[in-house]
Amino acid sequence: MIRLEQLTKRFAQKHGQSVTVVDSVDLQVARGEICVLLGASGCGKTTTLKMINRLITPSEGRVLIDGADTRDIDTVTLRRRIGYVIQQIGLFPNMTIEDNITVVPRLLGLDKAAYRNRARELMALVQMDPAHFLKRYPKELSGGQQQRIGVIRALAADPPVLLMDEPFGAVDPINRESIQAEFFALQRELNTTVLMVSHDIDEAIKLGDKVAVFRQGRIVQCASPDTVLAEPADDFVASFVGHDRILKRLLLVQAGSLAEQGGEPVLSEAASEAEQRAALGERRHRALPVIDAAGRAQGYVATGRAGLQPFRAIARADEDLRVVLARLYEHRLDWLPVLDADQRYLGRVSQRQIADYLGAPV
Amino acid sequence: MDHPWWGLAELAWPVLLKGTGYTLAFAVVSMVLGLALGFVVALLRVAKVPVLAQIAALYVSLIRGTPLLVQIFVIYYGLPSVGIEFSPVSAGVLSLTLNVAAYLSESMRGAIAGVHKGQWDAGLSLGFTWWQTMRFVVAPQALRLAVPSLSNSLISLIKDTSLVSVITVTELMLGTKELIAQTFQPLPLYLAAALVYWVLSASFERLQKRVELRLERAHQR
Ligand SMILES: Nc1ncnc2c1ncn2[C@@H]1O[C@H](COP(=O)(O)OP(=O)(O)OP(=O)(O)O)[C@@H](O)[C@H]1O
Ligand SMILES: [Mg+2]
Repeated sequence: MIRLEQLTKRFAQKHGQSVTVVDSVDLQVARGEICVLLGASGCGKTTTLKMINRLITPSEGRVLIDGADTRDIDTVTLRRRIGYVIQQIGLFPNMTIEDNITVVPRLLGLDKAAYRNRARELMALVQMDPAHFLKRYPKELSGGQQQRIGVIRALAADPPVLLMDEPFGAVDPINRESIQAEFFALQRELNTTVLMVSHDIDEAIKLGDKVAVFRQGRIVQCASPDTVLAEPADDFVASFVGHDRILKRLLLVQAGSLAEQGGEPVLSEAASEAEQRAALGERRHRALPVIDAAGRAQGYVATGRAGLQPFRAIARADEDLRVVLARLYEHRLDWLPVLDADQRYLGRVSQRQIADYLGAPV
Repeated sequence: MDHPWWGLAELAWPVLLKGTGYTLAFAVVSMVLGLALGFVVALLRVAKVPVLAQIAALYVSLIRGTPLLVQIFVIYYGLPSVGIEFSPVSAGVLSLTLNVAAYLSESMRGAIAGVHKGQWDAGLSLGFTWWQTMRFVVAPQALRLAVPSLSNSLISLIKDTSLVSVITVTELMLGTKELIAQTFQPLPLYLAAALVYWVLSASFERLQKRVELRLERAHQR
């Protein structure tokens, strides 16, 4: 879908020399993938994004979109197909939020109504009430709210390609998590190809199909988040993703997927206590969950304790392992039952399983 | 009632009124033309149009570096020697326009440069052309930044119209001088002329305040 080939940017400096800000970058992002660009400040991430929609003309190399060299595409046509969320928000202060979002169709006389409806849908998606915000001016919004509008404006035309420069940087952690999740769902639904700059490693891990780590204008590693965390290419990448990188891999797995691998037996609620005890005794497990006819977990029976024990804590299928591990420690438990949205029992996640996952090669 | 100034006022007011009319007409026409020319000059320089941008820069430098009086003389008395002749009125309008446009273009250029660079990125990345971005995004914001310094130039322009009196245009200043030649009453008449200039400038300032308020309101309610 998007392919950068030997992409290079040199800026001329005052004393006649030139600095190479982006240096022979090769990168390929398949359709529908999210590629997150990571790297220290000033390493050329924004410059790379701007060369894709030609806000900056590359010094060397080329950018291909669907196999077509972007030099051969008229810039206006090119940019209409590429949504761009700029780093410093970039809303127009002289227009209301609604006018900002619908600026393209409004000024070009396209179908405004369609855009307006889309704007309302997208507003709801980022947890902002359209009735409350559409008629306001950007100055009347907080930085995080403005950022969300910036994302919406870029999405309003459903562009096949989206470039985002730290789109959620100013959003508070609670809203950020849900917006990331909503964005991710939308991106998967629309199959948008995304290149996103982030300074937030967790965000990169959660959203990225691929992470490209930049250092001084070069890509030092481009791989799946799991690979970057488990096998960083060099010390720079290792320190950049953090010395707790192994623990960060926990973010990549949801409780549900680990639970399904377990395959331990369950006990039926209908069975008599004696039968349950017998099942316990045959197994090495010290505890087994008890489920009812609909598959809902009722509690567990354990060797050495009489009667049905209630669960002190549970894990939801869509929670990541970091959350699960935190809960295990919080309640000093060895394992948690994993339940789906209808409270049905899916399996269990144990400390042992988590340790095995972290220790296993990618 | 029989104070000598009353007779003077009776004699003077039609002349002063006519002069004021001329002065106002000069100011308004040069203002409109100057804003248009100034905008074009500013655009040429902001867009860095080859050759034209350099010519524009030279023009601004020449105008700002020479006295208006000299400019008026060059246009009215100098150019006829190379076959370009103007009536006093058109020479007056031309020199005032050329003069104020140079100053206005500098204010506009500064204001355009003062609009955050991200606004250009945002406009262009939405697929607007350079001109559309200028027209819909940058210029409206620049206008707001530019109003105070544009107003300064325009108020100077009102006062500078007095200089065209030297090329026989009977605007307020020359009208007053002619009256004084008849009446030998320089103090009251010059004071009267000063009062008229002040009223014109002060009214313009009020207009500026209202424009600023409106722009501010459109900007952030
Ligand atoms: N127009 C320019 N002229 C000269 N140097 C520039 C220009 N634009 C950017 N640079 C330099 O290029 C380098 C990379 O800039 P860029 O904006 O791509 O960094 P970045 O990775 O996006 O950083 P950040 O994370 O802080 O946004 C910086 O050192 C910057 O100073
Ligand atoms: Mg940047």
